Amino acid sequence: MPTLTYRDALNQALREEMQRDPSVFLMGEEVGVYQGAYKVSRGLLEEFGAQRVVDTPIAELGFAGIGVGAAMAGLRPVIEFMTWNFALLALDQIINSAAKMLFMSGGQLRMPIVFRGPNGAALQLSSQHSQAWESWLAHIPGLKVVAPATPADAKGLLKSAIRDNNPVIVLEGEMLYNLKGEVPEGEHIVPIGRADVKREGTDVTLICHSKTVAVALKAADQLAEQNVSAEVVDLRSLRPMDEAAILASVAKTNRAVVVEEGWPHVGIGAQVVDIIQRDAFDQLDAPVQRVTQADVPMPYNKHLERAAKASPEKVAAAARRVLYLE
Amino acid sequence: MTAPLPPTSELQVTMLRRMLLIRRFEEKTAEAYALGKIGGFCHLYIGQEAVAVGSLSALRDDDYAISSYREHGQALVRGVPPGAVMAELFGKATGCSKGKGGSMHLFDAGRRFMGGHGIVGGHIPLAAGIAFAVKYQGGDQVCVCFFGEAAVNIGAFHEALNMASVWKLPVIFVCENNRYGMGTAFERVAAVTDVVEHACSYDMAAEMVDGMNVLTVYEATRRAVERARKGGHPTLLEVRTYRYMGHSMSDPLHGVYRTKDEVEEQKKKDPITQLAEKLKEEKVIDQSALDAMDGEIHAVVEAAVKFADDSPDPDPAELYADVLAD
Repeated sequence: MPTLTYRDALNQALREEMQRDPSVFLMGEEVGVYQGAYKVSRGLLEEFGAQRVVDTPIAELGFAGIGVGAAMAGLRPVIEFMTWNFALLALDQIINSAAKMLFMSGGQLRMPIVFRGPNGAALQLSSQHSQAWESWLAHIPGLKVVAPATPADAKGLLKSAIRDNNPVIVLEGEMLYNLKGEVPEGEHIVPIGRADVKREGTDVTLICHSKTVAVALKAADQLAEQNVSAEVVDLRSLRPMDEAAILASVAKTNRAVVVEEGWPHVGIGAQVVDIIQRDAFDQLDAPVQRVTQADVPMPYNKHLERAAKASPEKVAAAARRVLYLE
Repeated sequence: MTAPLPPTSELQVTMLRRMLLIRRFEEKTAEAYALGKIGGFCHLYIGQEAVAVGSLSALRDDDYAISSYREHGQALVRGVPPGAVMAELFGKATGCSKGKGGSMHLFDAGRRFMGGHGIVGGHIPLAAGIAFAVKYQGGDQVCVCFFGEAAVNIGAFHEALNMASVWKLPVIFVCENNRYGMGTAFERVAAVTDVVEHACSYDMAAEMVDGMNVLTVYEATRRAVERARKGGHPTLLEVRTYRYMGHSMSDPLHGVYRTKDEVEEQKKKDPITQLAEKLKEEKVIDQSALDAMDGEIHAVVEAAVKFADDSPDPDPAELYADVLAD
């Protein structure tokens, strides 16, 4: 199986889907001539032309809305945001137009559109460029939200997203674009709504997604040195969320830690904890712990930044707490 | 079929009938609202009939129209059955959006009426997106987009006009300037009070149109349609009109922001009276034909109310239908 970067896996998914279906097009800032701010769209302009790889002005609200309109008239737009931080300007279109269109039209207008781009903290970008938006987006009925952690999942989930007849939010990890991994060639589909056990274990479940999967896997390595066997469950999809996979793992380990890049208050982890307390209460041997970004805007200074982020050490410590080892 | 320029006598009579239908429908809507049969926000079109009728009469059946929340009139002109519109206002299962959209979200995708949208200006990029899809698919349809003058202060308006012009999209922006955004006179909140001037910023064709004269609106739209079909050139039409009623049903007739005298003065230019008098002078119709037409329309509106009254509420299971498509 070929080894690709996360970036090139996304590129492969886009290329394959654009080859497969002429109604798929890519629109966003710098996607064409510049070859993509993060080079996800490299080579696509040359292969598909300017009609299908559309450079836009810096106008997130406007081009997100143009994507929604194009989907209303039968196309399958892929709208790239240079980062999700800028997509805040387009939330009216994502939430009020895309997510509601099918429902408020009484089922008449499907909305096969993908909104994608990098999400989560990068390195020393300070407060406005280092944010994780998944809890905002996963809150909205009418949207699907995925956040792949590996190159193979990135390809498989983006292909699923493009083929879906609903608006799908694809949150790409800004720090994951250079991550390498094996990626199946050709038709490789990861269904939306299914979690994946990235590492099996018996003592504690680490529930994570996107960039925090690597954090949890490192924590699992550290815990193994202390004879703790951690299971790592990658949610992959945040709406719908694979409740069965979460519950199956907790039934096995009886203990859980939820890890995310976002802030703690009303975060994704809060939803996971709700699922566990509701449906696995009797199986729990300890209260569920959460590891999140510190409840502050991201600072610029690298020591402060490190202190703000979820880390393998913080996850391992939380795991020891649910095991009453410290 | 291409709409004739100038409009034939036959078409003028059709336009008169369409305006009268909107007037009588809206009068009945106000009545039904007062009786509690219609809930929520409800924005009437009385006074502005010439805008919807003049512009939409210049379209083909396969062209697109999209509007704001003051869209009952436009839906009727597009051919959405009055019963289906009234049933939607009543929240019934037989409504054109199955009772889930209500007054602000009338949809009929089959008739290419792409909705009533409730966020001021939010649908203007959608119109550009529909036109983008037309061009992408190699069609020669146009998309007409209705919005009030208050939407011109919203960023979405400017982003959409810019991209429509850069990409030469076949869209006609119809600004229905009724002088008040809710209770705020346009000149109190707009530095440029001739909306038509904004077209200069986007190198776009534009016309200022008397919105109380349906034939003027028709002819201006007809010219814009031709530009759009030929080369995909967008147009901004500023149509000066006036609403006789409050902003919504919860707003008194003239309120504190305008005088009763002003409203009465505007009514002297009533679009229906103007066209009826013209057609009588030209001996195209006489008073008895006019009375007969009004009688027929009364019957149509009564039948619409009866249909809405007799229709069932949506099945409780509908609550969870159409959130996501298969």
